Amino acid sequence: MKITRWPVLRQVRGQDHLGRGAAVTSAGSAHLSARTASADRVVQSVCPYCAVGCGQRVYVKGERVVHIEGDPDSPVSRGRLCPKGSASLQLTTGAARRYEVLYRAPHATDWTTMDLDTAMDMVADRVIETRRKTFAWQEDGVRVRRTMGIASLGGATLDNEENYLMKKLYTALGVVQVENQARI
Amino acid sequence: MGTSFGRGGATTFLQDLQHADCIVIQGSNMAECHPVGFQWVMEAKARGATVIHVDPRFTRTSALADVHVPIRAGSDIAFLGGIVRYVIEHERYFRDYLVDFTNAATIVREDLLDTEDLDGVFSGLEEGVRTYDPRSWEYEGHHVQASAGAREQPHAAHRGASRSGRAHSYGSGGPPVDPRVHRDETLAHPRCVFQIVKRHFSRYTPEMVEQICGVPEEQFLDVCETLCENSGRDRTSAIAYAVGWTQHNVGVQVIRTAAILQLLLGNIGRPGGGIMALRGHSSIQGSTDIPTLYDLLPGYIPMPHAHHDEDLDAFIEGASADKGYWGEMRSYVVSLLKSWWGDAAHRDNDYCFDYLPRVTGDHSTYPTVMAQLDGTCKGYFIVGENPAVGSANAKMQRLGMASLDWLVVRDFSLIESATWWKDGPEIESGELCTHDIATEVFFFPAAAHTEKNGSFTNTQRLLQWHHAAVEPAGTARSELHFYAHLGRIIKEKLAGSTDEMDRPILDLVWDYPTEGRIAEPSAEAVLREVNGWNADGEPLGSYTELKDDGSTRCGCWIYCGCTANGVNQTARRRPGHVQSWVAPEWGWAWPSNRRILYNRASADREGRPWSARKALVWWDADEGRWRGHDVPDFMATTPPDYVPPQGARAAAALAGDDAFIMQADGKGWLYAPAGLSDGPLPTHYEPQDSPVPNLLYTQQRNPVREMLVHPHNRSHPSGTEPGAEVFPYVLTTFRLTEHHTAGGMSRWQPYLSELQPEMFCEVSPELAGERGLAHGGWATIVTARGAIEARVLVTDRLAPLRCAGRTIHQIALPWHWGPNGTATGDAANELVGISLDPNSHIQGDKAFTGDIRPGRRPRGAGVRDLVEGYIRRAGITEHTGTEVRPRR
Ligand code: SF4
Repeated sequence: MKITRWPVLRQVRGQDHLGRGAAVTSAGSAHLSARTASADRVVQSVCPYCAVGCGQRVYVKGERVVHIEGDPDSPVSRGRLCPKGSASLQLTTGAARRYEVLYRAPHATDWTTMDLDTAMDMVADRVIETRRKTFAWQEDGVRVRRTMGIASLGGATLDNEENYLMKKLYTALGVVQVENQARI
Repeated sequence: MGTSFGRGGATTFLQDLQHADCIVIQGSNMAECHPVGFQWVMEAKARGATVIHVDPRFTRTSALADVHVPIRAGSDIAFLGGIVRYVIEHERYFRDYLVDFTNAATIVREDLLDTEDLDGVFSGLEEGVRTYDPRSWEYEGHHVQASAGAREQPHAAHRGASRSGRAHSYGSGGPPVDPRVHRDETLAHPRCVFQIVKRHFSRYTPEMVEQICGVPEEQFLDVCETLCENSGRDRTSAIAYAVGWTQHNVGVQVIRTAAILQLLLGNIGRPGGGIMALRGHSSIQGSTDIPTLYDLLPGYIPMPHAHHDEDLDAFIEGASADKGYWGEMRSYVVSLLKSWWGDAAHRDNDYCFDYLPRVTGDHSTYPTVMAQLDGTCKGYFIVGENPAVGSANAKMQRLGMASLDWLVVRDFSLIESATWWKDGPEIESGELCTHDIATEVFFFPAAAHTEKNGSFTNTQRLLQWHHAAVEPAGTARSELHFYAHLGRIIKEKLAGSTDEMDRPILDLVWDYPTEGRIAEPSAEAVLREVNGWNADGEPLGSYTELKDDGSTRCGCWIYCGCTANGVNQTARRRPGHVQSWVAPEWGWAWPSNRRILYNRASADREGRPWSARKALVWWDADEGRWRGHDVPDFMATTPPDYVPPQGARAAAALAGDDAFIMQADGKGWLYAPAGLSDGPLPTHYEPQDSPVPNLLYTQQRNPVREMLVHPHNRSHPSGTEPGAEVFPYVLTTFRLTEHHTAGGMSRWQPYLSELQPEMFCEVSPELAGERGLAHGGWATIVTARGAIEARVLVTDRLAPLRCAGRTIHQIALPWHWGPNGTATGDAANELVGISLDPNSHIQGDKAFTGDIRPGRRPRGAGVRDLVEGYIRRAGITEHTGTEVRPRR
């Protein structure tokens, strides 16, 4: 490489004094294009970690999420993401995610896989049965119309619409022990 | 916040922090835990604001602040109470604001006895049931409505066995009070709130603050003076806090102390002022507004307690207010019941009010674990949470799960709460054996935020819609999918049942349209139900349109307006840079898109801004309406000098200077005559486990803290109690930028795991020397609940403090880890005992005690032996730390 092509020289002598653009390109990188440039579409989203609620742009190519970055339009975050928000591509597309329903029978030493419909049906049966066995019309002579046999935990990482369905369904079932991270 | 101001949410929004002249960050490491929000603190600093960080640790927040004040964990009320005293003694309060907008002038009953009279407790303490009877705390003559007062307590049959679950809901909504209150606007009456507050905090002197908090007097006085100088007509100060305040068994009262301070200084409802609650999960505000919480219905309506013959009228009578917007509660409740039970709900059957299950005490997460252990609770859903390492006393969480018949876990990865039966610490120690565990476990893979439509409500009450980018792969599904279909299947299975217990399910409105290959329910349809409709099926525009005659439906009244005009307002994305600094067209904030709550108080009694520099909303006499930069948090056309007619009720009873429109007297509450379980004013008590005695009173601990007595949940001797020396150090927990809560969304991510790969503890060089701990080596930390190991980080960030005449060492523990995932380590929650705030039922895990020793912890059964050795040496029994009043 010619000395005049050294990035540090180009940075000092050229227009790109911060070394964020032209000064730091190379023959190799000149052929690269950003994943954002070739995406099929960009979807507006919100960081799923903390409650600052930074705006995100989600880039999709071939029906796969290929990149997530901060949304400069957001008046709250102005395009920034912290390390967690920046890692949300790994959260959503990483190898640690599970895509199968797993079932552990009583006393079993390992999981078996299960199809979704069977599992949903089994859970519905258990809710119905436990509710029937533990339903109480009264406690200490006062009407309660509920079951203390079932409980639920979680909600602070979920959407408002999801929390709404949870509270509505649980309440209709008579389940009162419904809690989330607001107290953790 | 709710008790003091009327609504359970941050009073301001992050961007407005830039207008503050001083920002106090306490109970939060904002630069590391809410990094992107912290840019607004830096904007304020660039404009000349003074930033003060009060925290046991020197963190990046401290590094960027003007002042760092190291403090002993668990002494926040003493510190803030000291500032309250300073402001009052030196007459630095904002008198006009105080008289016009707070209850400072209100006269309180004669039979109130303060902690000054009773050595650390208030009148009404019922020792046998660890409860206060709050009647003597009420306003003179016009007490809190009798039926409301009774409603604060569970039915008599349940008292003693369990606690009131009601206070939290009042805490979020403002309890009902009779509007006709006695006032003395000279603030001289010995029983006016101002004088009571003055007397209550009179012993919180700078010398006392130094002794309790370990903050040198001079530094403390500097903080007081800075805050006072930057408050008043032309200047405002903001306070930001996070779980460093809430996670104590006096957490609600810590926040109350900050509220008192901000009301005294006139900093609520004004630009650059307020209290910014910094929440840790993407929609933790949303999951309180639309509560997956046992004691609330959507919009902070209390869950009904069990009472004899209580119908809808009796419930409303007891829980609503005569004055203010809680006076309209019947409209909110009827509209909710209509959206749940549709045509089945009508006037003749009380709109199915009887379908609501009743609460009889505290049914929050820790009592639920006790119910699992005793076999009452048999089935458990865990949805995006990881209690096996993320909840206090993690062992009890796992043992509770091992007692279940069935467990459903929904998450991205195999978190500890899904696999404890196979590889949890109790399997290793031999306390549990996989073969013997009868619990049936289902693991459902969850969809990510990029794979579903929906809204999160962020820390500033802002609803922001996120759009699905792709469909989830495999059988991963959203919770919307899971619950919509589970409800459908249950309804199908119960179809035709004639059993009365099934009626609420059979009648439930549950017809959500689905779309696409995986039959994903429409989140927009759910949001439209949350917003509600009028009788013609048109979307409602505001909660003021709700009716109590069954003609409107609304799933959450405070969210009413989020789909006004049929437009998903939460999905609005008008770029911030083309809007004003308020950016009202980005998303939608509850209530009614107001960004700064109680902003009527940004103008004086006559409706003029307190100063040009701090103008926000004002009365426009020409147009006959309130106008401003933000949506006015007031009746749009009610003039500032309006006096309601005799007999007016609910919202119509609010006067033109009643800036706190949710409050039953229209005022911000320095003093809480109702709504709190542990006193009308905050009082410093030592944490459940503390190395020092309470220097202010002989009352060591919050007398009405909630205790769960269990062999795995023993407390430590404290202060001068024999055995306290066995656990000589203060332990506190904290969070890192690179991990999220109990790690379910971060410990499996390679980038984040590489940045923070393992569990560690922060100790000072002095403590390292005292205990022979080597930087980079291992240490074992022990409490009566458990023992964990961690890498040692010796750092000046955690300086020893001088408190109560001795040196106090603090040990800081990040709490993200557990045995599963990419970055593994022991969970700090193995160490934490369960002692709860009686209002919020939140555990105290920010300040407790323990011991530290060099080297790794024992393996197998050795951990139990180690812990039991400590318990014996400290002489701990089931009675340790459970007293209501100290023995004299
Ligand atoms: S990017 Fe960071 S600061 Fe922003 S919401 Fe996500 S976790 Fe919070």
